[in-house]
Amino acid sequence: MHILTSLLRVLVLSGAALGPLVHASTPVEQLAGYTTQAAAAAQPARGQQLFTTRHGKDWSCASCHTAAPTVAGKHAGTGKVIGPLAPAFNPERFTDAAKTEKWFRRNCNDVMGRECTAGEKADVLAWLLTLKR
Amino acid sequence: MPRSKLSQIALALLLSAWATAHADSVGARVPPLPKYQQECAACHMAYPPGLLPAASWQRMMGSLGQHYGTDASLDEASVREIGGWLKAHAGTYKRANEAPPQDRITRSAWFLRKHNEREVSPAVWKRASVGSAANCAACHGNAAQGSFSERDIKIPK
Repeated sequence: MHILTSLLRVLVLSGAALGPLVHASTPVEQLAGYTTQAAAAAQPARGQQLFTTRHGKDWSCASCHTAAPTVAGKHAGTGKVIGPLAPAFNPERFTDAAKTEKWFRRNCNDVMGRECTAGEKADVLAWLLTLKR
Repeated sequence: MPRSKLSQIALALLLSAWATAHADSVGARVPPLPKYQQECAACHMAYPPGLLPAASWQRMMGSLGQHYGTDASLDEASVREIGGWLKAHAGTYKRANEAPPQDRITRSAWFLRKHNEREVSPAVWKRASVGSAANCAACHGNAAQGSFSERDIKIPK
């Protein structure tokens, strides 16, 4: 019993330490997490700009996701089909915070040569959420 | 001979004939790893582990941050899980016991021999429907299931 309670305590504490983002399971919750982290309101127009332009490297986000990510894209290297990124067109998107973080980390590195800031992630996600059916 | 015994023999014969016909099924007997599908096949085909030797897979799993021009970095637990599975099912037979240049399947001696100019004309590789030599499934329709049987080859226009 003691082991169980202490295990539970560890889980609760680690969850709290990692912040609200870890358990965010909807795009809106994840946007709220990034906005809180950035301590600034997200700007969708700035997100679109980041997404569709290149940043000194070969690829932009749009190279694989298309400039209007309401449709499927294609991996610029392998040609593998990538489902739409805008949540309104693909309900799986931005429902797993760890997955979101993994792809931001990798793809920002490929496109910008560094990780994106919380503010940049908030901008991009805010823009994606403006894309409606 | 009892009838059940006869049907057992017939079944065994059928199975062995099937196994011979599918000698190019490099991945058929490997138990699939959902994590491998989930993580690696997000960007490209889930290449059967038997196509590279363990040393190649080990190097690759140790350098996912720079993975053929992209960042494919993964959390440590996933690297361990996928790396262990790849090592356990890596190629050991004569074809795949030597690490190819850059650990690329497509630079392996057996790959180059099977896809030389007489087998595949250079123009085929340039087709948009093929894209790159890494796109096995362009011609090998059942590649994702680990089957590279001659019968399944269909070169796209």
